[in-house]
Amino acid sequence: MSGSPAIRDLEPDGSGELRQETMVINMGPQHPSTHGVLRLLLELDGENVVSCRPIVGYLHTGIEKNCEYRTWQQGIAYVTRADYLSPFFNELGYCLAAERLLGIEAPPRAQVLRVLFCEMNRIASHLVWLATTGLELGAISMMLYGFREREIVLDIFEAATGLRMNHSYFRIGGVIMDLPPDGPTKIRELLRLMPGRIGEYERILSQNPIWIERNRGIGTLSADRALALGVTGPMLRAAGPARDVRKDEPYCGYETYEFDVPTATEGDCYARYAVRIEEMKQSLWIVEQCLDRLAEPGPVMVEDPKLRWPAQLEVGPDGIGNSPAYVRHIMEESMEALIHHFKMVTEGISVPAGEVYQPVESPRGELGYYLVSDGGNRPYRVKIRDPSFVNLQAVPSMLEGALVADVIAVIASVDPVMGGVDR
Amino acid sequence: MPVERLPGLHEGRATSDVEQEVRRGVLLTTLDRAVSWARKQSMWPVTFGLACCAIEMMATGAGDYDLSRWGMELFRASPRQADLMIVAGRVSQKMAPVLRTVYDQMPEPKWVISMGVCASAGGMFTNYAIVQGVDSIVPVDVYVPGCPPKPEMLMYGILRLHEKVRTQGRVR
Amino acid sequence: MRAGELAERVRARVPDVTVARGEVTAVVDRTRLLAELAGLRDDGDLAFDFLSSVTATDWPGRVPRYWVSYELSSTLHRHRLRVKVGIAEDDARLPSVTALFPTADWHERETFDLYGIVFDGHPNLTRILLPDDWEGHPLRKTEELGGVNTRYKGAFVPPVDRRTT
Repeated sequence: MSGSPAIRDLEPDGSGELRQETMVINMGPQHPSTHGVLRLLLELDGENVVSCRPIVGYLHTGIEKNCEYRTWQQGIAYVTRADYLSPFFNELGYCLAAERLLGIEAPPRAQVLRVLFCEMNRIASHLVWLATTGLELGAISMMLYGFREREIVLDIFEAATGLRMNHSYFRIGGVIMDLPPDGPTKIRELLRLMPGRIGEYERILSQNPIWIERNRGIGTLSADRALALGVTGPMLRAAGPARDVRKDEPYCGYETYEFDVPTATEGDCYARYAVRIEEMKQSLWIVEQCLDRLAEPGPVMVEDPKLRWPAQLEVGPDGIGNSPAYVRHIMEESMEALIHHFKMVTEGISVPAGEVYQPVESPRGELGYYLVSDGGNRPYRVKIRDPSFVNLQAVPSMLEGALVADVIAVIASVDPVMGGVDR
Repeated sequence: MPVERLPGLHEGRATSDVEQEVRRGVLLTTLDRAVSWARKQSMWPVTFGLACCAIEMMATGAGDYDLSRWGMELFRASPRQADLMIVAGRVSQKMAPVLRTVYDQMPEPKWVISMGVCASAGGMFTNYAIVQGVDSIVPVDVYVPGCPPKPEMLMYGILRLHEKVRTQGRVR
Repeated sequence: MRAGELAERVRARVPDVTVARGEVTAVVDRTRLLAELAGLRDDGDLAFDFLSSVTATDWPGRVPRYWVSYELSSTLHRHRLRVKVGIAEDDARLPSVTALFPTADWHERETFDLYGIVFDGHPNLTRILLPDDWEGHPLRKTEELGGVNTRYKGAFVPPVDRRTT
């Protein structure tokens, strides 16, 4: 037995015990289950995870630097692509921060539209989370169901904003277009369908023994540990504290809407799943309240000509663009309007000097925008405090003593979107 | 059989050699077409979704815009088992070597679709962090513009790639 | 607590406090940073126990050049405070607050990565967003926007304003 050199190598001290080493393997950045380009350096002892180090930066896009070279309105197109699964929240944080610097407020109808689209985005984002988490943990048909429902929501987005993702719909001063005439009908159809579909997901997953086995007791993060690590969103609420920016520091009139903030106490992956399912139902409730408030017409953009986006956009057969009536107005009817349009588009608006931090509650947690202006027509500093960036810091402590299979479940329950993490 | 003598090609060769070559060409052309048809019928992409375009790629593979109609719903995680790489999303400087490594690990024949403007040309991110077009790293067969391209646009790009494979595929 | 009242409370500890747009900003000297943050956290009426974000802004030409800002909030009282520290260009170092707020770990790494500000006492101050062998700190105002270098086999595409094709 201890004859050949290979065997001898394994028994260094002659005691007869085999030498044991931990194995360092790399998971990602190209991996089907890491929710994007996340790289995990896992030190494994067999199937047990000894330590885990997340390495990010594989999607670093330089959005913050790019925003400093573009006008204020152009920045919206950049920040909307940071956390690409919740583009409306990115736009909302940026626009609210810029509006606070300007000292203006969007008209009430614009605020209702903002809440409406944000809550629908929350539903869409949670559906993607459910779809990909189900796929990774083996419930492969959840992928198809999640994306099927998401297509209904994206249909509404496309009819209203012209795009399925990365909309640039919220602008500084309001929103760029009102809902199309059939918008409320489509949204009511969504409200009619979704509760039944969410019920379907609960019937498939909630009492499923495999789902429970893979999620209950896995990746537990206690409330004080979560708060110390800066975790926010469903990950924190699943551990107990009912911290939600919509309730703590309301914006866009959230204090006038009726909704609950779901929490759980266990702080494990199953609790996060339960919290997100419940959040989808609460979002549907808010969407219903928004629809009732949209019955009266009103302006959707501030009136101040120095600030409002001059053009009227329209969703045409080939996408979104200036409405033909507006093009005729500036090209044929009014020279002043053409000059004004030109100046607003190329030079943009001037924002008074100052700094502002605006948090919003995105599907992943507290999304904060720290905007610094030096008085010019370009942002001086745009800092995006992304919730996934901070939530990923909690992953090593959640994986203490876990198995390799639990790594998948834990990462999925964190719901990281690498576009936001790396910006 | 009489064979048209092509100048420069058939000089100095016997008729029987040329006949043999033509017959061999016909056989291989038929084989080319058969193999190319088979290759395009079930091209398996490797999972290389990076950013927003990845979500649209997943939506293309999901129920509403079903990629399974063309045998492509199976996104292989391992590049060794894939023959198509859809670069979906912005490629950062840190990710570029990884992209090339995964491409190198794919066996021949392989094709690349560059999905979205960020992969095709850097997109709106003309800055220090993003590779301005993945064609400086891997050879691209089809560019699909859009930010992000709608699933129908990606499907059109995939079908154009299928046409390219079907008409230009070579066995030898 | 309303912004005005909060400002008064904080001013009792830190003299340099401003209120603008409903937000309270306190400017702290770098040598007193850790002490002040701990004091703000342990005070019962203030209770700033949650650190949302750590970031920096570069003002080349001004003295001090870098301004690092800490966004604090209170889970108990639900008010917010911004603490800012100014550091000079030639001595861009700050004590790390990871001992007080473990969440500052990656935030400080990102600030180091993008600005080159060194945080003394940080457990693992390495680059986080950019490749480990990257040279330079891109978010500084003195660095250019468009490095269009595709770092593969020396291929180079000029920045947008200098392209001919």
